Amino acid sequence: MKIIVAVKQVPVRDSLIHIDSSGRWLDEGELSFEINEPDAYALEAALLLKEKHGGEVVVLCAGPERATQTMREALAKGADRAIHVEAEDLVRMDTFGVARLLAAAIADEKADLILTGLQSEDLGLGQTGVVMAEVLGIPHATIIMEIELEESGGRIRVKRELEEGWFQTVEMPLPALLTIQSGISKLRYATLMGIKKAKTKEVRRVAAGAMPEATVSLERVYPPQKKKETRMIGGTPTEAAAALADVLQFEVRVI
Amino acid sequence: MSGVLVVLEFRTQDGLAVWNRISWEALAAGQELAAEIGQPLLAAVAGERPEGPAAEVAQKKLARVYGVAHELLAAYTADGYVASLEQLIGAVRPTYVVMPHTYQVRDFAPRLAARFGETLIADVVGIRMDGGQPVFVRQLLQGKLSGDYLHRGPGPCFVSTQAGAFRPETVEAGACEVETFEPKLEAAMIRSVPGERFRVSEKSVDLTAAPLIVSVGRGIKEKENIPLVEELAQALGAELAASRPICDNGWLPMERQVGSSGQSVSPKVYIAVGISGAIQHLVGMKGSKAVIAINKDENAPIFEVADYGIVGDLFAVVPALTAAVRKAKGM
Ligand SMILES: Cc1cc2nc3c(=O)[nH]c(=O)nc-3n(C[C@H](O)[C@H](O)[C@H](O)COP(=O)(O)OP(=O)(O)OC[C@H]3O[C@@H](n4cnc5c(N)ncnc54)[C@H](O)[C@@H]3O)c2cc1C
Repeated sequence: MKIIVAVKQVPVRDSLIHIDSSGRWLDEGELSFEINEPDAYALEAALLLKEKHGGEVVVLCAGPERATQTMREALAKGADRAIHVEAEDLVRMDTFGVARLLAAAIADEKADLILTGLQSEDLGLGQTGVVMAEVLGIPHATIIMEIELEESGGRIRVKRELEEGWFQTVEMPLPALLTIQSGISKLRYATLMGIKKAKTKEVRRVAAGAMPEATVSLERVYPPQKKKETRMIGGTPTEAAAALADVLQFEVRVI
Repeated sequence: MSGVLVVLEFRTQDGLAVWNRISWEALAAGQELAAEIGQPLLAAVAGERPEGPAAEVAQKKLARVYGVAHELLAAYTADGYVASLEQLIGAVRPTYVVMPHTYQVRDFAPRLAARFGETLIADVVGIRMDGGQPVFVRQLLQGKLSGDYLHRGPGPCFVSTQAGAFRPETVEAGACEVETFEPKLEAAMIRSVPGERFRVSEKSVDLTAAPLIVSVGRGIKEKENIPLVEELAQALGAELAASRPICDNGWLPMERQVGSSGQSVSPKVYIAVGISGAIQHLVGMKGSKAVIAINKDENAPIFEVADYGIVGDLFAVVPALTAAVRKAKGM
């Protein structure tokens, strides 16, 4: 079974962020990047399926040069090869544009299954995978927790998360695209052997074609406006804790 | 092209229609938008028998409600919804399509928008007019940043609204016509087979009625550190709860998870320890009377909903707080 995993590189969680001089995105100069968390689980799910059923795992990533780092890490964890769609300014594209870039890069791959994370931690639109499925004309399902290949090999059964602790099983024919939820398994670490092997694995570079005007554009980014008056309690930890205990006792009265 | 079409979501359980309540918030957003741009407000509900729910929506102040009816819409499938709504939108030709950002909408709406060569502006928290054009506000970086989006395509423009962002009580009452729309669907168009809804864990812990909750997030770093917050909860006589990653890791049982995929709580006091305040967590605890946040990052979104905050290292603050509480209680 051939599985393609689409991954994105995003700013490291808990980074200190600064808005750039255009006011339209972050100053990326001082940021470090890592694999988008749900995408890491998509990769893990793909590697587990490969271990069970055999086949190939191909990593797909659109982004600037720095994205090769994330692809190398995926190769070190056990992916077989990578496809790098070279694109500088993804933030200026809309999802439909990015999904078309990704779909075009794998048009000849004839994958059985395409996995990706359910949303990115930077833009959080949660739709690249679903739109890719539309562009490729294959069925999809979102917020997936478990994947089971049916014995015949031509169909999958997946566990999809619903609201408030409910789930649902959905069955569909392959090829299909699934968007994966975070936290559904333990993530593996790359072994030393894996890191060594990764250096020899193929990274195919694809130049991003010209894209038509985006239908949706991000015009400006800014710190969120506070909706609530927050009373900040300062001082040393001991002082702050004592003041907060007073609040609990005399203001909100729970002790 | 004219009109703001709001697609509401319901499911049928034991013969009764159960609304996804964010639907009414989406309707409020649609009403606001329609008023601003001076276009009619329209609504649609889809299902095998949408008549009842459609009649309920028709009691609001709208120009028209469409009941999208087909036996193949009895259970939700992305293929069925995309095909039906594509046909409805093709016939009605609205300028805007507004939907609640539910898990179901996440599943089909991006695909529906792509059918029209458009991109869904997902999870919108506000709409503002600028030079006669709506600006859609979204959260970026899990709530650390806001972003203004403009629609530039030929349309229609697809938008989904975040849970809790628009006020359903602002939707005005009225009376309007219901029109049945029968999409052309065939069984072969629907490629996936959906199963029944089920729950995994029995709900043995009910946090919904707890008056006092101490909730722990990924800031706690390791399972071995959980007793730190357990002791605080014990000293306060509070229930212990957690954000999703803590339960995913098995550090606390799933049934203690607060948020969109866990429980919704509304205690007198909710103490969030090392929780960043992602929207999926906030929807589960926004109803708390008072929120206290302890976080080392002064820009963490949790402070936006907090009444009291301490910016600091939880490993220093929490033990000190436990001691101070014990002292106040004479323990
Ligand atoms: C479909 C879907 C459903 C979801 N459902 C839920 C849900 O039901 N419930 C839920 O909680 N999440 C849910 N999530 C996940 C959600 O988006 C967030 O990823 C999650 O809530 C983050 O948890 P956290 O705040 O504990 O972790 P993080 O976001 O990693 O935040 C950790 C925080 O700890 C702080 N911190 C770190 N070290 C310290 C220290 N020493 N002292 C003080 N503070 C420190 C950091 O500053 C940071 O703010 C869902 C996501 C999706 C996509």
